[in-house]
Amino acid sequence: MSMRVVTEAGQLALHYDLVVVGAGPAGLSAATEAAAAGASVLVADENLAPGGQIYRGITRNTPERQDFFGKDYWKGRAITDAFAASSVDYAAATTVWSLDAATSPLSSSPRRGEGGPKGRMRGPSGQVLPCDAPSPPCRDLLPAGEKGQAAPSHSICDSPASGEKTGVATLGLTLAGAARMVSARAVILATGAMERPMAVPGWTLPGVMSAGAAQIALKSVSGIPAGRIVLAGCGPLLYLLADQLLRAGADIAALLDTADSKQRMAALRHLPDFLLSPYVAKGLSLLLGVRRRARVISGVTELAIAGSNHAEGVRFRAGGRQDAIAADCVLLHQGIIPGINLASAAGCTIEWNDTQRAFQPWTDSHGRTSLAGVLSAGDGAGIGGAEHAAVCGRIAALAALADIGLLSSSQSAGRLAGLEKKRQTYRRGRTFLDTLYRPARQFLAPPDPDTMVCRCEEVRAGTLRQVIALGVPGPNQLKTFVRCGMGPCQGRMCASTVTEIMAEERGVSPAEIGTYRLRAPVKPLRLAELGALPQTPAAVFAVTGRTPEQHSLEEEGKNR
Amino acid sequence: MLLRIREPAEPVTFSFNGRSVTAARGDTLAVALLAAGVDTVRESVVGGEPRAPYCLMGVCFECLVTVDGIQNRQSCLVEVRQGMVVTSQSGARLVCGGQNR
Ligand SMILES: Cc1cc2nc3c(=O)[nH]c(=O)nc-3n(C[C@H](O)[C@@H](O)[C@H](O)COP(=O)(O)OP(=O)(O)OC[C@H]3O[C@@H](n4cnc5c(N)ncnc54)[C@H](O)[C@@H]3O)c2cc1C
Ligand code: FES
Repeated sequence: MSMRVVTEAGQLALHYDLVVVGAGPAGLSAATEAAAAGASVLVADENLAPGGQIYRGITRNTPERQDFFGKDYWKGRAITDAFAASSVDYAAATTVWSLDAATSPLSSSPRRGEGGPKGRMRGPSGQVLPCDAPSPPCRDLLPAGEKGQAAPSHSICDSPASGEKTGVATLGLTLAGAARMVSARAVILATGAMERPMAVPGWTLPGVMSAGAAQIALKSVSGIPAGRIVLAGCGPLLYLLADQLLRAGADIAALLDTADSKQRMAALRHLPDFLLSPYVAKGLSLLLGVRRRARVISGVTELAIAGSNHAEGVRFRAGGRQDAIAADCVLLHQGIIPGINLASAAGCTIEWNDTQRAFQPWTDSHGRTSLAGVLSAGDGAGIGGAEHAAVCGRIAALAALADIGLLSSSQSAGRLAGLEKKRQTYRRGRTFLDTLYRPARQFLAPPDPDTMVCRCEEVRAGTLRQVIALGVPGPNQLKTFVRCGMGPCQGRMCASTVTEIMAEERGVSPAEIGTYRLRAPVKPLRLAELGALPQTPAAVFAVTGRTPEQHSLEEEGKNR
Repeated sequence: MLLRIREPAEPVTFSFNGRSVTAARGDTLAVALLAAGVDTVRESVVGGEPRAPYCLMGVCFECLVTVDGIQNRQSCLVEVRQGMVVTSQSGARLVCGGQNR
């Protein structure tokens, strides 16, 4: 058997055992694992081809023609090849805009309110609450390496394969301009990460992109930014991109490193673990290699992009003095954070991960979220990198199959144990990296009042601070007051900054502030698509008061 | 703006604001526009400021354009097709489909 490519909504089955959202390493590995065990699987992904972020373009590129990526990139081939050889339905260029988890699990009592996470926890003002002691969200206080092990009392999911544990979830998808609802006994959210927005003055100008965007251009069309490039920000991916751009022949005027030197001390105690990790050799050679071939300026603060209709350069402070560099393209990056929109809109409990300074869906050690039948794997569940994502995808698939009764625990136990051991290896060193590269405060919560925070509705930091000072209870109310987060990106580009600014103004942890309450559709959906959805008999009855049969009898009567 | 450092295979031609643009099969529209030297793809809804694709991965919505009469398409997620008619957007969208202000 091999994969079936679905190009039109009409080719989708109405029901699958498992729907996987996302075709990055996590989603592809989950789907391959589940299909091998005989499950009917749909993988829906927004991109035109499989691979997700790290392996973007992998089915189109070759090591001979695209020799600038480095060997980690080509590891993706094995994953996409195995996926292509498995019996799955693959819907590319497909957006999943809603997920309704099963409200009534078939054979067990619902997980909500059963000692596990209680649906989604909200404070009096509607914000997400980070902690509901002693239940699982408090795990986020543990170091990342221990996450998932202090599992809470899951009354129904810790004894897999004793029958069906899930009901039927419904997903809303759009492909090729048409929407469809598809049902599934289990859903794995493998929606990956996004770059943490880095709001600095001038970041909305053409000529400014995220560093990830430049990498996407390189992976998808072998494109490099024209002219002089300045990279600014922090984190390993910034250096990885600089290395790839240099190999591809780009003109890097400077790399401005905004890493906070204060974090070095904090990271030091996690150094021994990092030294044992697979990242050491690679990380060091990257850092040194880039420093050798490009001008790297450390300790950069007060970064601003100059230009009126296009980026013309950067101004910044380093080593105690102001400086400026001319540039045609500025690439910003300060790490990545989980993309939580779909999980959050579905109602998964969202928790604060203080080490990674980001919100993520709460999951147990196998990826189950707080909603029955909904699992989350890969960077969308907490940042762990590509190989970690692939292993977590497989673990989540085994857990999902056990929950829907397609695998018994004895069948999966050996395999699970092996995968969990591998996962432990890939988790090594993360806490060190997360701590070392935690962005400096001024890049999390922009101090300059003119800095645009919400790019869609064009709301600036100063406005936000003024309104917060009036005593707005949380991000959701702030949104209603000033429309911040109400544009088409639905808060993706401002949520983290809004939380950080509010936390700073109040002098509390972001965990106490929470983040936007999100709702489906998580991506704008055309009314025409919604209107053209096949109608269920129940929906027809709810709206018209008559069943479809009654309607057709009436039609027949009229035509007679 | 982007430079292609490898020749595109299988050319595809479409139009942007009336101008003919050549890209390659499998390119996303946003990347194709940047590689064709297009700098600004729209003017922002509130302040009328120039904007260009920022994330290229479907997150930021800066790349919105009108494609074959359908407004607000994320050009970084749309594949280029032969003969596609693409126009930039200025300001807020109108309810009547496909009509730019
Ligand atoms: C821009 C960017 C570049 C990166 N580059 C590298 C790199 O070069 N090297 C590295 O080690 N790590 C990189 N990373 C880190 C990255 O997160 C990897 O660790 C890895 O890709 C994670 O795999 P994943 O399967 O969890 O998610 P991803 O690979 O991110 O895949 C998630 C997929 O889900 C899709 N998706 C999300 N939401 C929806 C939805 N609602 N409907 C349909 N589809 C959806 C996305 O389009 C995407 O294809 C990068 C991250 C980003 C954001
Ligand atoms: S460039 Fe960000 S959504 Fe298209």
